[in-house]
Amino acid sequence: MAEHRLKALAPLGAHTARVVRIGPLEIREVVDVAMASLAARLGREAEVATLANKAGIALPAAGKSAVGAVYTTLWLGPEQWMIEAPFASHEDFRPILLELFHDTASITEQTDAWVRFDLEAADLPLMFERLCALDTRKMAVGDATRTVIEHLGSYVVKRSNTVYSVIAPRSAAASLFHALETAARSVY
Amino acid sequence: MTQNRIAGGQIDRTKTLRFTFDGVPYQGHPGDTLASALLANGVRLMGRSFKYHRPRGPIAAGSEEPNALVQLRTGGRQEPNTRATVVELYDGLVATSQNAWPSLKFDALSINDRLSPFFAAGFYYKTFMWPAKFWEKVYEPIIRRAAGLGSLTREDDPDGYDKGFLHCDLLVIGAGPAGLMAALQAGRAGAQVILADEDFRFGGRLNAETIAVDNMAGADWAAGVIAELNSLPNVRLMLRTTVIGAFDHGIYGAVERVSDHLMVPEAGKPRQTLWRIYTRRTVLAAGAIERPIAFENNDRPGIMLAGALRAYANRWGVAVGSRVAVFTNNEDGCRTATDLRAKGLDVTLIDARKGEMVLDSKGRLGLQSIRYRNADGQIHNLSVSALGVSGGWNPNLSIASNHRGRPVWDEDIAAFIPTDGDLAGLRAAGAAMGAMSTHGALTTGAAQAAAALADLGMSAPTLDLPQAEDAPVSITPLWYVPGGKGRAWIDPQNDVTVKDVKLAHQENFRSVEHLKRYTTLGMATDQGKTGNVLGLAVMAELTGQSIPQTGTTIYRPPYTPVSMGVMAGRASGMDFRPKRLTPSHKWAVEQGAVFVEVGMWLRAQWLPRKGETEWRQSVDREVLATRKSVGICDVTTLGKIDIQGTDAGKFLDRVYANTFSSLAVGKVRYGMMLREDGIVMDDGTTARMGENEYVMTTTTANAVPVFRHLEYCRQVLWPDMDVQLISTTEAWAQFSVAGPNARNLLAKVVDQDMSDAALPYMGCREITVCGGLRARIFRISFSGELAYEIAVPTRYGDAMIREMMAAGAEFDAVVYGTEALGVMRVEKGHVAGNELNGQSSALNMGLGKMVSKKKDSIGMVLSQREGMNREGGYRIVGVKPVNPADSLTAGSHFLANGAEAVAANDGGWLTSVVYSPHMGHSIALGYLRGGDKRMGERLRVVNLLAGKEVAVEIVSAHFVDPDGERLRG
Repeated sequence: MAEHRLKALAPLGAHTARVVRIGPLEIREVVDVAMASLAARLGREAEVATLANKAGIALPAAGKSAVGAVYTTLWLGPEQWMIEAPFASHEDFRPILLELFHDTASITEQTDAWVRFDLEAADLPLMFERLCALDTRKMAVGDATRTVIEHLGSYVVKRSNTVYSVIAPRSAAASLFHALETAARSVY
Repeated sequence: MTQNRIAGGQIDRTKTLRFTFDGVPYQGHPGDTLASALLANGVRLMGRSFKYHRPRGPIAAGSEEPNALVQLRTGGRQEPNTRATVVELYDGLVATSQNAWPSLKFDALSINDRLSPFFAAGFYYKTFMWPAKFWEKVYEPIIRRAAGLGSLTREDDPDGYDKGFLHCDLLVIGAGPAGLMAALQAGRAGAQVILADEDFRFGGRLNAETIAVDNMAGADWAAGVIAELNSLPNVRLMLRTTVIGAFDHGIYGAVERVSDHLMVPEAGKPRQTLWRIYTRRTVLAAGAIERPIAFENNDRPGIMLAGALRAYANRWGVAVGSRVAVFTNNEDGCRTATDLRAKGLDVTLIDARKGEMVLDSKGRLGLQSIRYRNADGQIHNLSVSALGVSGGWNPNLSIASNHRGRPVWDEDIAAFIPTDGDLAGLRAAGAAMGAMSTHGALTTGAAQAAAALADLGMSAPTLDLPQAEDAPVSITPLWYVPGGKGRAWIDPQNDVTVKDVKLAHQENFRSVEHLKRYTTLGMATDQGKTGNVLGLAVMAELTGQSIPQTGTTIYRPPYTPVSMGVMAGRASGMDFRPKRLTPSHKWAVEQGAVFVEVGMWLRAQWLPRKGETEWRQSVDREVLATRKSVGICDVTTLGKIDIQGTDAGKFLDRVYANTFSSLAVGKVRYGMMLREDGIVMDDGTTARMGENEYVMTTTTANAVPVFRHLEYCRQVLWPDMDVQLISTTEAWAQFSVAGPNARNLLAKVVDQDMSDAALPYMGCREITVCGGLRARIFRISFSGELAYEIAVPTRYGDAMIREMMAAGAEFDAVVYGTEALGVMRVEKGHVAGNELNGQSSALNMGLGKMVSKKKDSIGMVLSQREGMNREGGYRIVGVKPVNPADSLTAGSHFLANGAEAVAANDGGWLTSVVYSPHMGHSIALGYLRGGDKRMGERLRVVNLLAGKEVAVEIVSAHFVDPDGERLRG
């Protein structure tokens, strides 16, 4: 994208991403990841699978995510995924994906629709049990699923045994962050 | 050493805790409850009864306590009706008595006790019937003050409460011998187990008994099991956690009292947590609750359940009195006599099975003596300061009956027991299922857990069952001592006596449910845990039916009282619900904007400038400045739905009443969406960004319902259409830029040609702004002015509004809020939420021609219904006051001149009213019967609520620029 003169705000309203530590827990506001949705057009599913494979984009099954060299993909719905990529190289994400998938899929820019917080600590289920009905203890690394946190439809992705992402509507970032901090203080 | 402390017990005598009750300082030890510590200090009087203000002390040693209710703590943390028997003592505890004035020992309202003949059951219903209007204002406040269960300080609770969710294979409720064996069985099998107990020490009744398990003290055996369970990662031990009820599909509620045993919670920690436990199977090992035998004046402080008297001695090292009597009809009562004698107390056993009966008691503020009859009929007076009473034990089956399970009567123990299947997935064990011995508890606990595991396809290892007593219950039922003339208490919390039950019977309130409502038996905080069975046994005797025929009332959650705070969790005050902030929120806060909640969004309502003291000044200025030059409004909150696919156009033709497949790429059209019944669901503009790509906008309120509706249409109605949807509401910061200088302002920001030729009215484009940032522009207008909506990625929304305000400085650009937006849309005659009221059709809104009949669409067929198309139906009109000085009120109804203000003459109503600074007076939109043919007519609008009436003239709804020249300019 060409150089323009506008300065971005992070979802929490500052010019830089917020990081807080509460006891052993770190909560990071993630702003360096671009997102776009990919939905196969009707009858073009096989073509999408082939093109994705060629582009190094794994298309995981329901409830799963998949990590590739550049792209990480989360399952959203039948034949529908969210694709993550580094923001610096993918700020204008849609044209990049259109180049890869042509007219086989519907692609929508989603980067700014969401806020993502990465949570890192040893026993995160202690925290999630105060946030959502999801049984995070049963999640395997790579599991990604939708739940409700602080009344907000959110995705929880288990990136590793100690890192989980919460991806939620961007406009409610401050409320969600407050809920995360409050739960963290209850636990740690 | 406090006066009533004796040796032994599970208290830490190396530490002393100081506390006060009614301002008097006392001392206790860690491990004490407030009740045990007070009893140790010789305090038996802890409260006054609900109705008669009788002096009362604790009768129990657990959560079933009906009498010893106190106010705990002070200020915002003050909590009424806490049971002294479960309050864990901490240093600095402050408790006060309630329902007594001026003091617990001299309570003026104990006069009620003298007047008791007037206060029998049904007294209120009979006495305060007339005059009816006196009830709320006169009688109820007086009664409430006299009969109280503590009071609220009305200060904010300073503490936080959590809510949470837990998952397990087996939930074990109660950590007595049965619960411990169940948890051990399932824990060793590798199942995910939650063991919850309301007490602050695991072990249940084993802590209160001298019974040995495997040749060691029961409490020590329990501690050993807990140590093993603690070492198992699949077992979660939850102390101070009351399972409050069983809900649907294996969900149980539980309240964990995280910080109630502390003076104040640790920083950031909740006082309590409400857990929602999702479990596959449950073992209910909640034990049993002892019941009393009613006799005259059986409610004096010092008269207790025999098992409680024993618990105070064994667990807390407290002798309630040195001279004690025990009145029992079963073998367990004898155990109290044995244990107390072993502690060196002087105990008289009065065994009802031998025909021995306690007849009466004496002692104004506490028990001093009893009168009893020997087996041979001799009457004796005995000076005692404590009396233990045992009428048998009721299995604690409350939770098993939460789904209307009906317990069955077990003659052997003279009590109701639950049956398997009362509650799907739940099995009772131990005393809760009627296995009353320690051996029975251990055996059934293990067996029921093994059965639960078998259900789940898990195998259970064989456990070595510990050795323990297996004594029979040997009970001869006795509910009340017959022949007494005075009052014999059944339900001390509600002051219900044997006589009250007889009165209910006499007045034909004989079913248990009627008995409960008529006498209040079993109501209030204890829910009749000790009294219910007694009451219905008396009723059974009176009606000549058996107890099982008489039945029980339904047990409902919660098991014990639950604070409102923990129900709310963190959702209180400013955190009641999440807030959605617009991309320009930070900027608007800097401007001192006044915000309004729109759903969860916070939107700028108006932005006051220096010197503006009244909201109308700001709103009028914003409207006039926009119409004169240019105004900007953050419209991000409008729903945006990305619709793609080769059938996207056809899809829109079906969901919208008007046609979109014919819309040219690069064009925008106003669309109206109907429900199946032909009523308008939502409206908005949809832009065609590409051959197979549309962007729909919805109203703010309907963003989610419309998206859900479209998904339903796509997935369920027409799965063969090639359409993909995703919300992009939050992805774009979108601003309306309106007014004669809108184009001039935007030309300074947008990198491309902004001329009318390049971007005509109702055109849309992908553009860049500020030197290359991708953006979208739509030339659409809600205000009636030359207007655009411009969208940039949300992260740049803040920078964008600052950029536009800087670019607009030379045009005196303003930012306007939702009020000015509303004024301008009414001036232009656009419908919004007040007109899209879920009852109105496109025809009502003057938009009937939008419903295309050349194609099928949702709602098209039913919009043709005769009733919805009748001449003379509601039509949208503009309304202005005949006298411009008159102000209109939304919701006022149209009436013809001279017509009486009754529903039959109703002509419609004013939907939206604003003050139009453009017109200089109040204007309105309204639905008027036959309104389309009534231009120029003069009517009245009547507001019966405010007693206000205004003469109005019906005009076109387009107050501003009716020919639409401005927006095409």
